[in-house]
Amino acid sequence: MYDDRLVIAGREFKSRLWVGTGKYKDFAETRQAIEVSGADVVTVAVRRVNITDRSKENLLDYIDPKKYTILPNTAGCYTVDDAVRYARLARAAGISDLVKLEVLGDEKTLFPDTAGLIEAAGILIKEGFIVLPYTNDDPIVAKKLVDIGCPAVMPLAAPIGSGLGIRNPYNLKIIMETVKVPIIVDAGVGTASDAALAMEYGADAVLMNTAIAGAKDPIAMAEAMKYAVHAGRLAYKAGRIPRKLYATASSPIEGML
Amino acid sequence: MEGAVQIQVNGLPRGCRSGSTVGDLLRELGIKIERVAVELNLEILDRKDFELRSLKEGDRVEILSFIGGG
Repeated sequence: MYDDRLVIAGREFKSRLWVGTGKYKDFAETRQAIEVSGADVVTVAVRRVNITDRSKENLLDYIDPKKYTILPNTAGCYTVDDAVRYARLARAAGISDLVKLEVLGDEKTLFPDTAGLIEAAGILIKEGFIVLPYTNDDPIVAKKLVDIGCPAVMPLAAPIGSGLGIRNPYNLKIIMETVKVPIIVDAGVGTASDAALAMEYGADAVLMNTAIAGAKDPIAMAEAMKYAVHAGRLAYKAGRIPRKLYATASSPIEGML
Repeated sequence: MEGAVQIQVNGLPRGCRSGSTVGDLLRELGIKIERVAVELNLEILDRKDFELRSLKEGDRVEILSFIGGG
């Protein structure tokens, strides 16, 4: 398994399951779900500290930045200026130069504004950020992002939190043929088979949040997802049989009575 | 309060001692300086400048950190 490390911008990761830290019941559940999932990379959001209620605990007291790679996102940003501002703030908080770049285009779908995404990515890459863009399933956009310097792309499977799984596997496959960087399917995964399928198609990793945090039993789902991503990856590397219209017997005819 | 200035912190009005620094403000608020980002009047501060930048009347401070997100 360790020969199959995921490498992005010179960083190596054992797990191909990346998880978000949002929507959990509390920090204890967040920590347990992440541990059970086996994830190396966790996303976080950047928000104002609550200065009126100082009893509020800190997420990073539960998720150790030495143990996990913290990937700050620019969630909730609808303009290039906002996304760039939040990325810079995330870096100023002193964890790393990594950023999951989101420039959203629409509140209902949370689809990326791809023009804004490309512009913001260009600005941040020039400032030395390692930009992992949350993008759509358009291979043209994926190529533009890679051409300007993104070391990986993160195409959505379906709208964030929708649980629909991969809606457009054909585009995902075209993206895989179009770009030579790691592809992390991000957003829209609903259950274990969705994650396994993403990996069978050839994705390098899967990022999910709601699929785990929103499950009836998040800890159980975290475990399911760990196996799903692993199984999908093994199946992909094992080389599946082709699909055929007709049967080919598994037992020989020779030696029959 | 002698030498008090009115500033804004995370969108809320607040009084602080004139000449106090960003570092003083963080300590007063009980906020650990590791893993926070501070913006002073839209300028993102380097951590090493927290003790060097003093607050004056009308300053707008934003203190941010990481929370759960996808």
